[in-house]
Amino acid sequence: MTKQVLQVDRVIIRFAGDSGDGMQLAGDRFTQETAAFGNDLSTLPNFPAEIRAPAGTLPGVSSFQIHFADHDILTPGDAPDVLIAMNPAALKANLPELPRGGTIIVDSDEFTPRNLARVGYTSNPLEDGSLDGYQLHSLPLTTRTTEAIKAALGDKLGGLSRKEATRAKNMYALGLVSWLYNRPTETTLSFIRSKFARNPAVRDANIAAFQAGWNYGETAEAFAVSYQVRPAQMKAGRYRNISGNLALAYGLIAGAQRAGLKLFLGSYPITPASDVLHELSKHKRFGVITFQAEDEIAGVGAALGASFGGALGVTTTSGPGLSLKTETIGLAVALELPLVVCDIQRAGPSTGMPTKAEQADLLQAMFGRNGEAPVPVVAPASPSDCFDTAIEAIRIAVTYRTPVILLSDGYLANGSEPWRIPDIAELPTIDPNFATEPNHETESGERVFWPYKRDPETLARPWAIPGTPGLEHRIGGLEKGDGHGNISYDPANHDLMVRTRQAKVDAIARSIPPLEVDDPTNDARVLVLGWGSTYGPIGAACRTLRQLGIPVAQAHLRHLNPFPPDLGEVLRRYERVLVPEMNLGQLAMLLRARYLVDVVSYNRVRGLPFTAAELVDAITEVVGSLDDDATAGRVDPSRNGHADRSGSGQRMARTRGEDPTTP
Amino acid sequence: MTTTDLPFPGLRGVPTATAPATRKDFTSDQEVRWCPGCGDYAILAAVQGFLPELGIRRENIVFVSGIGCSSRFPYYLNTYGVHGIHGRAPAIATGLATARPDLSVWVVTGDGDGLSIGGNHLLHALRRNVNLKILLFNNRIYGLTKGQYSPTSEVGKVTKSTPLGSLDTPFNPVSLALGAEASFVARTIDSDRAHLTSVLRAAVTHRGAALVEIYQNCNIYNDGAFDLLKDKDTRDEAVIRLEHGQPIRFGRDGELGVVRDPATGSLRIARVDEVGADAVLVHDAHAADPTTAFALSRLADPQTLRHSPIGIFRLVERPAYDDLARDQLDAARAADGPGDLAELLRGTDTWVVGDEA
Repeated sequence: MTKQVLQVDRVIIRFAGDSGDGMQLAGDRFTQETAAFGNDLSTLPNFPAEIRAPAGTLPGVSSFQIHFADHDILTPGDAPDVLIAMNPAALKANLPELPRGGTIIVDSDEFTPRNLARVGYTSNPLEDGSLDGYQLHSLPLTTRTTEAIKAALGDKLGGLSRKEATRAKNMYALGLVSWLYNRPTETTLSFIRSKFARNPAVRDANIAAFQAGWNYGETAEAFAVSYQVRPAQMKAGRYRNISGNLALAYGLIAGAQRAGLKLFLGSYPITPASDVLHELSKHKRFGVITFQAEDEIAGVGAALGASFGGALGVTTTSGPGLSLKTETIGLAVALELPLVVCDIQRAGPSTGMPTKAEQADLLQAMFGRNGEAPVPVVAPASPSDCFDTAIEAIRIAVTYRTPVILLSDGYLANGSEPWRIPDIAELPTIDPNFATEPNHETESGERVFWPYKRDPETLARPWAIPGTPGLEHRIGGLEKGDGHGNISYDPANHDLMVRTRQAKVDAIARSIPPLEVDDPTNDARVLVLGWGSTYGPIGAACRTLRQLGIPVAQAHLRHLNPFPPDLGEVLRRYERVLVPEMNLGQLAMLLRARYLVDVVSYNRVRGLPFTAAELVDAITEVVGSLDDDATAGRVDPSRNGHADRSGSGQRMARTRGEDPTTP
Repeated sequence: MTTTDLPFPGLRGVPTATAPATRKDFTSDQEVRWCPGCGDYAILAAVQGFLPELGIRRENIVFVSGIGCSSRFPYYLNTYGVHGIHGRAPAIATGLATARPDLSVWVVTGDGDGLSIGGNHLLHALRRNVNLKILLFNNRIYGLTKGQYSPTSEVGKVTKSTPLGSLDTPFNPVSLALGAEASFVARTIDSDRAHLTSVLRAAVTHRGAALVEIYQNCNIYNDGAFDLLKDKDTRDEAVIRLEHGQPIRFGRDGELGVVRDPATGSLRIARVDEVGADAVLVHDAHAADPTTAFALSRLADPQTLRHSPIGIFRLVERPAYDDLARDQLDAARAADGPGDLAELLRGTDTWVVGDEA
């Protein structure tokens, strides 16, 4: 029979199953198919911290959401259109987020009385009518997978045990969904062939399951329609899909290479940063040294030691690890050596929720050291932006001889999006400008080396590395005399050095471009200002509002310390500034303190990214408050800002998030 | 550039000096600010006197320290130096030594810095066998913070923080290092310059981590801690000098010796005239099994240090971490050539939109 193909402009699919069901892999392969097809896309993996949480339980549910479209999109989407649930736990955990009318594909084999009881179902939702409001496809995926493998490999399943064979059911589901959305299959087939090259039975079983899933969609009457999402219009160039942690690792390699420095990573495993350690460990051909240290402190200590030796010292961690590295970062401030500290933030305090995202380390990055210890802070806005932000962190660290903290988060780290692969020649060059000669003349006319004699422009001190004759010097955490760098307890000198270190960091602002403000109609009264991974949902919310005829301006900070030089002026241009953050108002506190602008905070700390819909509500509320003020004659044009409304939590009618079209 | 080989394999890769140097070349212009009479002066003089012997370039030597009286050491040497933070010198030095094969990297630490706050880093530097020369100044007290007990202080020590006597069992740094898989472990005494220098020479010769415990007198807060080992009336009976390949005998006339108890396998001290010279243990620093070296380290009384062996307990060949790490880079480049950044960024799964620039 000929099946109908419907054109849609965007789809959100969520694969959900037990953490052992291979949902991340299925999602990852679907993403590659979609990338190869040329859609714009954004992904959000969501998995428990436990490696294998108890099977079939709600805490053990792992999911992967992908949003793909024929146009430019910014987020992995608020709510799925299609839910693939491999067991009752996955259905129960994810159903609340599926809008009525959405499509559900379940593995009915898993809906046994025992599995249903384990998650508190008193009756089978596949049979009791509770899913009548959805398009339900209930299929015995496990049985069909086994049958497909039997058909391909014989009754003995090619030597695989029944349990091994059924593990390919994620590929069956992937095959079915790939058919449903007309995805190209070659990337998945070649992936399976190469991943299981050494185990032909497993390889063939996975291929059989994948193809059976595809064929089922093609032939079964249950699926009368398949969908097509046309490729997106994107800037010309060569693209790949990339996750934040991978982009960060590549940015570190590229930045070190552009600076002509050996990259030394000192790190200790921690979720969600470990993937950067894993990735960099693969690239020894690039001269990258990775040192898995005994603890977080040794990781950053070794990195700083390598920097003293003229390498680019880098350490990667997450919040609790940043706490442990605090003292060494303070030493790096005193030594004035390049050091890049990447904090892939997660929900805190303490161990918190390791696999969930949060932006609550900003104040720790800014102030988490003893004494006056200013450290530049930068934050990427999207997975692929981790690449550029890593290079920017290296530029600042090397140019200004300072530790730099890069704040990514778990959402950026594991999320992915298409990335236009940059031309190497377009990347910035970074000059380490090593000292090679004495730089000071004593009263007696002797040429000597002064390790703290600064560049008048950048205030950076010379970086003289061991092996350079005549420049032998000793540096440490004790206060140093201006210029010569010998230990000094002189009160006036300490005051000078404290102010100079601050002035050096402040001076970085001169090298930062003006803040880009997206205000298409140039008549917005409200500015939404964000930082880090909230860029996507904020941007999507702003687009939605503009489509509804509500003007709103958006700006996003990559540089959090120092701020862009024109930030104060930008803030004062708008009647209200809304600052959405996945914390309790940390950037808002900095902005108020620095600019005396009473910004409005919007805060959620659920371990999940904002939805565009909730930001639409939040922005609408702020816009509405201006109208209220106007009605009541309370607008005072000389005063901007507003009381903190983050506590009001008033929910307006739910607006669907990023653009209103659905398949 | 010429680099050293023998007689110091530990310095392989470090460029040799073009002209002979003297002690003065290694003396910085900084005023030494330890208390008058401190044992640190003797150690500094020994190191400054010994460094010219290495024949390597001064600019390729780095001293890294933590926090404490001993950790001021780098300021007084005209080499490169890092005065780090408390306990972290082995970590900083590990990064430096791994990144730079052409440097001779030394760590100066103390009993508080290296065994208390920084214990973890010391253990792991030894386990990894990073090519570091670690000088652990043990004065059995916290000096810079003005006299609290340390992890090597004897039980019952009365200090400002332990007015009724300390409660915790002290570490034996040599036992600790042997337990941490150290490939080179030695002990010496600040006042015995010839012995100190000979141990430093052996440490530099060794490729890998070398732990040298130096008994060092703090004349302000723990004066006389090692008098039993230094006093001419008691030292012959209190100190056991270890020489590789030699029977372990001591006492004024060598009348005492270390023997193995055949029943338990452990070591004990006996009168040689009672057990016979043949029964005296012959010291084997190169033994692959550290058991006997450990047993030797346990002969010292933990309270008084009576019967402290000094010299090299253990010296075995084991690949150095930093060499292995660099070998992996070399092997990867030899197999697949140097990394190509454009190729890396491109990856394998790509697609083209419009005309590829």
